[in-house]
Amino acid sequence: MDNIAIVGVAQTKYERRKKDKTYYDLVFEMTKGVLEDSGLTLEDIDNVITVSNDFLDGRTISSMAVGEAAGAGDKNISTVEGDGTFGAFYGAMRVLGGFNTTLVVAHSKGSEGDVKHITNGMFDPIFQRLLGLEAISASALQANAYMDRYGVREESFARVSVKNHANAKNNPYAHLPMELTIEDVMASQKMADPIKLLDCSPVSDGAAAIIIANEAHARKAKTKPVWIKGIAHCAEEYFLGDRDLTNPKSLRDAAKRAYAMAGIADPLKSLDVVELYDAFSYMEPLWLEGLGLCNPGDGPKLLDDGITTMSGALPVNPSGGVLSSHALLVAGLARIIEAVLQLRGEAENRQVEGAKTGLAHGINGPCGQSHCVWILGTEK
Amino acid sequence: MATERDYGELLTLTFSTPMPYEWSIGKYGSLFFHEIRESQRFTGIRCPQCGKVYVPPRRLCAPCFKELDELIILPNLGSIMAFSVVNYPFPDPATGEQRPIPYTYGCIKIEGSDNIFNHVIDETNVEKIAVGMKVAAVFKGKEEMQGNIQDIRHFRILG
Ligand SMILES: [Zn+2]
Repeated sequence: MDNIAIVGVAQTKYERRKKDKTYYDLVFEMTKGVLEDSGLTLEDIDNVITVSNDFLDGRTISSMAVGEAAGAGDKNISTVEGDGTFGAFYGAMRVLGGFNTTLVVAHSKGSEGDVKHITNGMFDPIFQRLLGLEAISASALQANAYMDRYGVREESFARVSVKNHANAKNNPYAHLPMELTIEDVMASQKMADPIKLLDCSPVSDGAAAIIIANEAHARKAKTKPVWIKGIAHCAEEYFLGDRDLTNPKSLRDAAKRAYAMAGIADPLKSLDVVELYDAFSYMEPLWLEGLGLCNPGDGPKLLDDGITTMSGALPVNPSGGVLSSHALLVAGLARIIEAVLQLRGEAENRQVEGAKTGLAHGINGPCGQSHCVWILGTEK
Repeated sequence: MATERDYGELLTLTFSTPMPYEWSIGKYGSLFFHEIRESQRFTGIRCPQCGKVYVPPRRLCAPCFKELDELIILPNLGSIMAFSVVNYPFPDPATGEQRPIPYTYGCIKIEGSDNIFNHVIDETNVEKIAVGMKVAAVFKGKEEMQGNIQDIRHFRILG
């Protein structure tokens, strides 16, 4: 693979309701912000990718409404409907395919629609949607199956929530920085057994953007380039019942491919920081298993042993993760941005000292139907 | 339109018109609901390559990418593979009416099938539900049926 790099990043603060901003405003601000961060001008950008979802935006072909705000007037522009990691993946492919640079921008305002109805709309209308399944209840079934298979306890999930909400206190962009105890999480409102309120990510409004550049254009940017060392995504079957919810097969496959591309044999040793898509607390240990950082069923042990804490050998979600800020579609792009900031050494209070290799991860579809894995590095 | 307008500095616009849609259920899906109506039992379909039986029936075994046509009659019995008691309000998507909480979702393996079927279990006490328990589907009366997934009222725990 040719050398390509992320040379600019921008993100909003994540919060419950951005009543003062339209989608257009958010995309425009992120486009300005990411150009400013990179030191490039709009003339340096030859390809644009927007990331949006029609149900979330309440608009048919929602991408058409934000292209100009992304500066795409005279440029090649296309859209990904899905998590921002997948939009960025497509952006990387476009640069590998011959564009000099690609600007990827994602936005969403969960506050404007009804997220439960929107996630209910993910499911097959004939056999599942009418039952009322949506993101929380489907994830609860996955959490229950995970606990049953490996004897995982609810307290282990609560510990993830405590860690990530505390990490969020070091992240000025986070929606829900909180000092919690395991007891607080365990005593929080029961949503769908075993998931409690503090095991759930919030619904946030937000937007984010990155610029990916080929090697020649990476030199033009004022930022320290963060090189894309490995990328892969894989997907599983659509129906929940056709998948083994306790074994994220598509994550295993994607991770294996991304590690191979990056020349990583032992990820636990090679990685310095991980930003993953923990929409619910149980997802962090389950995805760590899928990423091959421990054996199946041992995900919770990584936190019990302190490995994934800020002072551990492999901090996971120093930003507070998705549990602390969850703008749908944007959240995966935020994982990439957080990893970039870590590798530039610009993550301020949440900095993992000396981070050289980072992993960012996003999901699409209920219960992690598809996964996208990014390996980023400070060296070419 | 709402009659009351919040005339604060920052205005918002609300759209609440339904956008109706008519999905084709397809040949095998239609057979599935007909069989429920006529005989209160399930229909699955077997893959000629890997032998896996899917319920509800569909045209394709995705891992094999094989077209399926061998329909299998399955009993209204299964076992619980996972469950969740739901405690937050969410309207019944079929009616828009608030359904009473709590209610319980289940992942159910229908006897004779190899994938998992999602539906509601008629028990909301977590202490009384466990993975592995046998369940039976309870159907609506024939005259009440609509040819949709709610023709199955719920699954009842046996014994
Ligand atoms: Zn097959």
